[in-house]
Amino acid sequence: MTLALNLLMPVMLAGISLYAMCKRVDVYDGVIHGAAEGLSVIYRIAPPLIALMTAIAMLRASGALELAAHALSPLLTALGIPAETVGLLLVRPISGSAALGVGADIIKTYGPDSEIGRVAAVMLGSTETTFYTVAVYFGAAGIKKTRYAIPAALCADFVGFCAAALAVRIFF
Amino acid sequence: MSVLWVGMIVISLICGLLTGNGEAVGAAAVSGAAQGVELCLSMAGLLCLWTGVMEVMRRCGLADQLSRLLRPLLRRLFPAFAGDKEVMDAVSTNISANLLGLGNAATPLGLEASRLMARRTPGVASDGLCMFVVCNTASIQLIPTTVAGLRSAAGCTTPFDILPAVWLASTLSIITGVTAVKLFSRLFPCAPAPRLQPSLRVGKAR
Repeated sequence: MTLALNLLMPVMLAGISLYAMCKRVDVYDGVIHGAAEGLSVIYRIAPPLIALMTAIAMLRASGALELAAHALSPLLTALGIPAETVGLLLVRPISGSAALGVGADIIKTYGPDSEIGRVAAVMLGSTETTFYTVAVYFGAAGIKKTRYAIPAALCADFVGFCAAALAVRIFF
Repeated sequence: MSVLWVGMIVISLICGLLTGNGEAVGAAAVSGAAQGVELCLSMAGLLCLWTGVMEVMRRCGLADQLSRLLRPLLRRLFPAFAGDKEVMDAVSTNISANLLGLGNAATPLGLEASRLMARRTPGVASDGLCMFVVCNTASIQLIPTTVAGLRSAAGCTTPFDILPAVWLASTLSIITGVTAVKLFSRLFPCAPAPRLQPSLRVGKAR
């Protein structure tokens, strides 16, 4: 299983490149252009990450995160979610870059291959910045009455968080 | 966002002083910014490589094929717009771009789709539009490159081994979102819209 997943990436790299070559796509040029776009993503998220990592580092050092985890741990444990991920749960729907910062902090503190680190990574990978997305999409469409969209989206987030913890327990 | 940031700093200062971790908070305030830069640099490599691969996938038409593949499913998900080719085109390209993680391409397409959908019910979110927005608030990215970058930045040598777990969690999350929209649209119907919409749809389809 682990070997298959480790080979998934090189196999995908080879497969996609060969397929694109058969389609007469300039593969190398595509990779370079896409990578440049990736750099612009990094460029865009760097300033918020600098600001937020400062706040998150302070929050962790102050012991506030442990206090919050401690306060919410009965509830989270009942749902099967590690209490240490509490910060991620709170900021995930509000801010993408803050969630990235909190997630990075959790993964670094507990280790990328620890259960907590994995749950945090899966949570990040399986949920979105709900409020931001709702605001941008409805804003662009000129919608004032959002009706049940936000509660429905938060239901999906909630299940996503629980499922992330469950999935890590199933697969690891 | 300002409230969040200022709140975090003030809480950590107060909490640090109360719990006697004041010194640690001071040290963190100095070192945190560098951590932000380090994080960006250490995840940049993997992230850029995969945005490169995604770009190749887009160029060789895999994204178009995916969006054609998704069409029948999406017609079911958005019955009110099934006959509207313009809307369905925008929706399916948005969803396929999301699946492939082409965030920069997905957002403009999604905004276009929601604008087109909102034309029928100005100012009020129709059931179809709610469904579309909820689908976009659930992450459906097949290969979460940013998270993989994050893990490799923390020294993980197998950053993609969480893929099956991510797929399972994403699937459960999106199923919940879709079910919630279906359920809520029955529970809280929009007063004038249900009468208006079907007649408009018939008019458009013919």
